Amino acid sequence: MSIFIDENTKVIVQGLTGSQGRFHGLRNRDYGTKVVAGVTPGKGGENVDGIPVFNTVAEAVAKTGATASFVAVPPRAAAEAILQAAEAGIALIVCITEHIPAKDEAVVYARLKRDFPKTRLLGPNCPGLISPGKSNIGITAGEIALAGGPVGIVSRSGTLTYQALHELSQQGVGQTTCVGIGGDPVPGTNFIDVLEAFEADPETRAGIMIGEIGGSEEERAADFIRDHMTKPVVAYIAGVTAPAGRKMGHAGAIVSGSQGTAQAKMDALSAAGVIVAKNPTEAGEKMVEVVRNLQ
Amino acid sequence: MDLFEYQGKQYFAKFGIPVSPGDIADTVDEAVAVADRIGYPVVVKAQVQVGGRGKAGGVKLASDVAEVKLHASSILGLDIKGHIVGRLWIECASDISKEYYASFTLDRAEKAHLCMLSAKGGVDIEQVVEEDPDAIARLYINPLDGVNADDLAKLVDQAGIDEEAKAGVVEILEKLYHCYIDGDADLVEINPLILTPAGKVHALDAKVTLDDDAAFRHPEWNEFSLTQEGDARELLAREKGLNYVGLDGSVGIIANGAGLAMSTLDVVNQVGGTAANFLDCGGGADADLLADALEVINSDAKVRAILINIFGGIVRCDEVAKGVLIAIDRVGLTTPIVIRLDGTNAPLAREILAPHISDRIIMEETMIGAARRAAEIANKGSK
Repeated sequence: MSIFIDENTKVIVQGLTGSQGRFHGLRNRDYGTKVVAGVTPGKGGENVDGIPVFNTVAEAVAKTGATASFVAVPPRAAAEAILQAAEAGIALIVCITEHIPAKDEAVVYARLKRDFPKTRLLGPNCPGLISPGKSNIGITAGEIALAGGPVGIVSRSGTLTYQALHELSQQGVGQTTCVGIGGDPVPGTNFIDVLEAFEADPETRAGIMIGEIGGSEEERAADFIRDHMTKPVVAYIAGVTAPAGRKMGHAGAIVSGSQGTAQAKMDALSAAGVIVAKNPTEAGEKMVEVVRNLQ
Repeated sequence: MDLFEYQGKQYFAKFGIPVSPGDIADTVDEAVAVADRIGYPVVVKAQVQVGGRGKAGGVKLASDVAEVKLHASSILGLDIKGHIVGRLWIECASDISKEYYASFTLDRAEKAHLCMLSAKGGVDIEQVVEEDPDAIARLYINPLDGVNADDLAKLVDQAGIDEEAKAGVVEILEKLYHCYIDGDADLVEINPLILTPAGKVHALDAKVTLDDDAAFRHPEWNEFSLTQEGDARELLAREKGLNYVGLDGSVGIIANGAGLAMSTLDVVNQVGGTAANFLDCGGGADADLLADALEVINSDAKVRAILINIFGGIVRCDEVAKGVLIAIDRVGLTTPIVIRLDGTNAPLAREILAPHISDRIIMEETMIGAARRAAEIANKGSK
């Protein structure tokens, strides 16, 4: 099984007529994802390579029965696009948009929590999620993933997610679902949400968690793993050598004072029984061992 | 983007937050002119984006023209932790009875805005957090609700603010919240927020960090970006639209994606090298951008080897390969480059680079192998 999505998930792409939306939306469809509609205000009635475009999410949902949305619109339109999807009853919203103002993210998070508690937002600023062989929503290159499980991946970084997929696939270890939660300060879905889903999914038998400096989500995940997870977890945290006070690309990746260092996160995870690797290659190797011992 | 104190005060003033009258001065003569205009005594303050300027001699009280001349000439050009003072802020000196602390920022763990208020201002707040955490009162604010006067009144009580300052502090907190929200700041901080013997409350310092992602709503921020500090490498990178942080090592690093770039720094360090920089060339890098990235790294005299670590997703490896060749031509790059490429169009990239493989263009199969090779070359080169 996979988490959050499967081969039957119907997906709309908000911003399908834009360059990002078109490129990734069609790439997702080629992978096998059921991309059933696009949404661009003012372009209803057009189509993108045969995919019908609607003016609003509500219309697209009414016509197609879609339950997931891939948001690929510019930063200034992203908050409104996410809320429009939630209002239309979309259950899973995947937002890849980078550089959304922090205030907008905070408002979106609070609105979803208050008015649409059942809606899951993944991202913003995330690579999306892929369930190999079934569905791919977002910007991950499908060919680097390997179907069949038994490993679930959750990561805050895009390219490091690819690196992790690559390391596992190279060793012949497949994945159930790979989820990129994104590197922004207010992510809609956090490590714990995903780890909880992996723990509940019978086909996922082990997890890889890739974190980075900044914030305290990794420490909270460590507490969750210690108290609630029976499945083995391998973790890697990027940014051991990052200097304090400098943003390392992601809006969320910053060490301030003694807060958010990679070492503190690795220590917390280690203490919670997580196998901590010092680089992505080692994380792959450790997971190969873990999987071998599962048999 | 961090603002200088004078810019922060100008920003505060737009939202009605009381600050001391003052103006900027880039020369001793300008400093005297400002002081004459606003009236003595004045405080002469170095404008640098680094803490601890008071201890470094960057803030002085001047009671007449002679003292303004003396202090302005000693502070201009002063080196404060590597920041050379090029600009002064001259303001009317204030009589101080009490010093408080106030700030708004986003609390990521709570996913809510956080107001912090303390009666123990005027000192390093990080130190107060460590030594006397109860001295800081906190208020979490749901972004949908905003602040209200009742909550702020409770906060002011809890923080132990003096009776005669309470109304003034609440008023300033309301304005500061608007400055934080409508002004799209990541952080607004007043330390110290002072109470004068006359019973007035006002901001004696201003720390404002703007959210760069909100710049599209604030065309007026342009004037701030013109005055940004940074080392030459970082300014060049910003001009080219690259995400760059300068460091002190000898291996120049280019990767795509912030996570992979950070991880590359770590791995270089693990194999005995030292990173010269963090450089994320982003999700859509093409040959020209890659060449720009190499140009920025080449401007760093400490770099002895360059490591390019790309996992192509949207980024196509063949564009990276072309960028390397363009850069070698355009900037006369001679520093050895170690390249690791995987993902989209990697085989094509290897084909493009194959005829050029030499001691200066080296391909490696894995991230660790490439890091090891680059570190070796850099360490040899620096001996």
